[in-house]
Amino acid sequence: MVSSENRRKLLDISGEDVTSCYQCGKCSAGCAMAAMMDLLPHQVIRLVQLGQVEEALASRTIWLCASCLACSARCPRGVSLPNVMESLRVTLLRLGGRHLDPVRLPADVLENAPEQALVAGLRKYT
Amino acid sequence: MRTGVFVCWCGLNIGGVVDVPRVVQEISGYPGVARAVDYRYMCSDPGQQLIKDTIREERLDSVVIAACSPGMHEATFQTVAESGGVNPYRCEIANIREQCSWPHQNEPGKATRKAVELIRAAVEKVRGDEALSALSIPVTRRALVIGAGIAGMQAALDIAEAGHEVVLVERLPHIGGHMAQLSETFPTLDCSQCILTPKTSEVGRHPRIRLVTNSEVESVSGYVGNFTVRIRRRATYVNWDLCTGCGLCTEKCPSKTPSAFERGLAKEPAVTIAFPQAVPHKPVIRAEACRHLTSGKCGVCEKACPVGAIDFEQQDLLLEEKVGAIVVATGYDLHPKAKVGEYGYGVYPDVIDGLEFERLNSASGPTQGEIRRPSDGKVPKEVVFIQCVGSRDQENGYPYCSKICCMYTAKHARLYKHKVPDGQPYVFYMDIRAGGKGYEEFVQEATDEGVLYLRGRVARVFQDGDRLVVFGVDTLSGKKVEIHADMVVLATAIVPASGAKELARTLKLATDRYGFFSEAHPKLRPVESLTRGIYIAGCAQAPKDIPDTVTQAGSAAAKVLALFSAERLSHSPTVAAVDEELCSGCGVCVEACAYDARTLDVRRRVAVVNDVLCEGCGTCAVACPNGATRQKNMARSQVLSMIDAVVG
Amino acid sequence: MGYSYFPGCTLRAKARGFESSALASARVLGIHLEELANWQCCGATFPLQVDNSFPLVSPARTLASARRMGERLVTLCSACYNVLKRTNHVMRTDADRRDKVNAFIEEDYRGDLEVVHFLEVLRDDLGFDALARSVKVPLSGLAAAPYYGCLLLRPADELAFDDPEAPHILEDFLSALGCRVVDHPYKIECCGSYVALEPGELASGPSRMVVESARARGARVIVTSCPLCQYNLDVSQQGAHGRNGAGVPVIYFTQLLAIALGLPEDVLGFEGHVISPGPLLRSIGAMGSEATA
Repeated sequence: MVSSENRRKLLDISGEDVTSCYQCGKCSAGCAMAAMMDLLPHQVIRLVQLGQVEEALASRTIWLCASCLACSARCPRGVSLPNVMESLRVTLLRLGGRHLDPVRLPADVLENAPEQALVAGLRKYT
Repeated sequence: MRTGVFVCWCGLNIGGVVDVPRVVQEISGYPGVARAVDYRYMCSDPGQQLIKDTIREERLDSVVIAACSPGMHEATFQTVAESGGVNPYRCEIANIREQCSWPHQNEPGKATRKAVELIRAAVEKVRGDEALSALSIPVTRRALVIGAGIAGMQAALDIAEAGHEVVLVERLPHIGGHMAQLSETFPTLDCSQCILTPKTSEVGRHPRIRLVTNSEVESVSGYVGNFTVRIRRRATYVNWDLCTGCGLCTEKCPSKTPSAFERGLAKEPAVTIAFPQAVPHKPVIRAEACRHLTSGKCGVCEKACPVGAIDFEQQDLLLEEKVGAIVVATGYDLHPKAKVGEYGYGVYPDVIDGLEFERLNSASGPTQGEIRRPSDGKVPKEVVFIQCVGSRDQENGYPYCSKICCMYTAKHARLYKHKVPDGQPYVFYMDIRAGGKGYEEFVQEATDEGVLYLRGRVARVFQDGDRLVVFGVDTLSGKKVEIHADMVVLATAIVPASGAKELARTLKLATDRYGFFSEAHPKLRPVESLTRGIYIAGCAQAPKDIPDTVTQAGSAAAKVLALFSAERLSHSPTVAAVDEELCSGCGVCVEACAYDARTLDVRRRVAVVNDVLCEGCGTCAVACPNGATRQKNMARSQVLSMIDAVVG
Repeated sequence: MGYSYFPGCTLRAKARGFESSALASARVLGIHLEELANWQCCGATFPLQVDNSFPLVSPARTLASARRMGERLVTLCSACYNVLKRTNHVMRTDADRRDKVNAFIEEDYRGDLEVVHFLEVLRDDLGFDALARSVKVPLSGLAAAPYYGCLLLRPADELAFDDPEAPHILEDFLSALGCRVVDHPYKIECCGSYVALEPGELASGPSRMVVESARARGARVIVTSCPLCQYNLDVSQQGAHGRNGAGVPVIYFTQLLAIALGLPEDVLGFEGHVISPGPLLRSIGAMGSEATA
């Protein structure tokens, strides 16, 4: 179902009104993580435009976005896609979900990964 | 005073918000109002007749029309008043649409009150209006055209053919503009030079066109019908009166630097004729590249010239021309290379722009028309064309569409395919905008011929060995795309020609935020500037293709010819006037005037008004410290009583 | 040249060599870095949700306390730099969020501090020419590939660090040390960042692309200023990817700096590398043969 209400809820979190996106795909063309994504970044934005947020929330893409800002740096319409990705993650996390269980992280990751990775990861995933 | 008030409904535009019958009722009793009436469309023929009849029946000496902006219909109603027997300068407009019903749609009660107040103010103003008659000014029937690309040439030819002299000024040594650089033109694929050279040679030999190349307009003074233009003809260091165009100097010149005409893809001598069909076919010495002019050495050309035409002592020449109308046709440039970092434009030699591709494809170009890439001269087998580079990109370029890129990219891809049949052209596009006669068909043929269109933008281009890696996307399949190409062609945005901003300042013309010259009205006055007597044509106004440019140039010429059709022009008499008894000659008004209409008579120590330059803006009247300058039909007393009528 | 200095959590734990090599080099170069008295973790990633200003509290508190010590705060870690500088931008330009954060940390901080990266100190205050003159052990011919990643470059309008599409500060730095700079297109592509915590090998794809991009162009070492980039690029070479001597060690720019300045090996702190930099550095004579790297 197409819903503008869903789009507005995300806007409150992200500060990004995605209506200006004209689907040129430059974000996807330059995304370093695109190969692993089930939906390309511009497709996530399209779903948000349509208010079909459920499908966007179910996508792997929102967890694969590394917030590297390559997309927003080049976006001709000034859309901060990483903010939109974060608003989708946060929508799930604020409901009490978590994408990553710190207890289940592999021992070698816990032992070797820099603190920065753990803090950043836990902030984005829990 | 017997004033008639005519209140227009403008259908629902005014009548849907403002309670018009009530306005009529309230204004009817206002002092000086002999009669107030309303009508559904006052600008219609019956509406105009109603005004005329009422003037006669009520013996009116002034009228107030409460309707739309004076920008729309002031002239209409002034004419109606005049034909009814009322002096046209005793006709005032109360704008109750743009300044009342439209902005106050949600407050009909307040809007109605405001409409009454605006009309009262207009009645107060008309009470003080003098009966004036229009001023008359002579016309110099001779035109200046700035820029000799296809727009300027067409305008010049049309004016000259109608019997008037034209001064055609071109910054470069030769005429023809960017069209001279193109190989073929869409949608017919005819050779650009073949359709251009009949025009350039006609311009070159036309008895009524004075061609002034290698020159720029330095200053303009005067007003419609009476402009004085100073033109700087830069030194060419070649005496063109002696020069036969034999080309010996260019053959012998030892100093070779990148050619601007070839977009840097080839070198040219310091003394050069840019291309074989150049008009005038005379060389110039580019001072910055000439060994003799930079270091005093060399001088080979001087020795080679059989007629002694080389003149290293030549100076710039200042010319003065009197003209009655000006056409601005300064054309375009392409988006600067430095601003497209993600595509390596300006860094990787095989990432080129559209004009560079035109030169590669041109029989007279650096590769004699063979498609060979700049880096190593190889024939590229995979070529990626990227549209909308800088266009439709508010963040890193310009929000507007450059209009011609969809078509010329299709043309490029097709020409490439014709010359390299086993090659593969790819086009990244966002939307195909091919509205124009034969345009959509032309693009469809491109796909028939094997051009692969991918819908999406490219994020990055980088060099990998001798190939270019293109990170793109095809949003139709939802796939990220990586192409390893031999050459990348960028359809970079059209921007105003360099120097357009300075010219706009010289001519006191408005530009839009990008630097394109502003037309007087985007729909109804597309070739007129906001300054009377100055017209615009071609890409100086906005990106456009050759057919549109030629059309607009013809239209600008028609405007010039209409101006030249009368011996004298009329000018509004609502200008500033000076009470010489009160004037102390302080000169504040001269400083305040934006139109050079105010000067000091030093001998008599009073300020004077040049009526025909005065636009009636009133700035000087306000600036005058002792009330010596007044604005005709906008006297201080009128303004004060208007304010009283609104707030009182 | 005096600055307040923010180490950040990773430099006190897994990336000790980054800090020890930097501080020792700074001393030799006459750059005085005074550690903040009360610093806390910056949060490691800049929050991208505008309806929640709480994640800004910790970096803002750090900024406010740094402001009391002077006008310029230096960081080494790219992530700290990014988070502190972006938070500073919010405190400077967004009155609404500034008021919220200030109310919470009981400060009146307005963003009037300059957050600078140590590379910027070397470039703008010391100067790469002066740096080149200080080199004792020229790394002549060492084929080094710079790796910027994201956090130093983007968003370019806020960080104003370097040209985001064609940066060159690391190249200029490496040239000053005498290295042969290996340009490679993936130097500005993301390594995958915290997605490394995702299970499976998929997430290391982007990092492998970066390493391969540098290795294929002849790089023998990759140089970075981000501990997470260092980890991701290094770990991506685990197993088959780094075997048979094909591995490219990934080290911090300050470690190369310390070597070039002729500092003792104990400040380098090479620990826990998948691809050990030792053999390479010994082979070019930059480290003694007895080192335990």
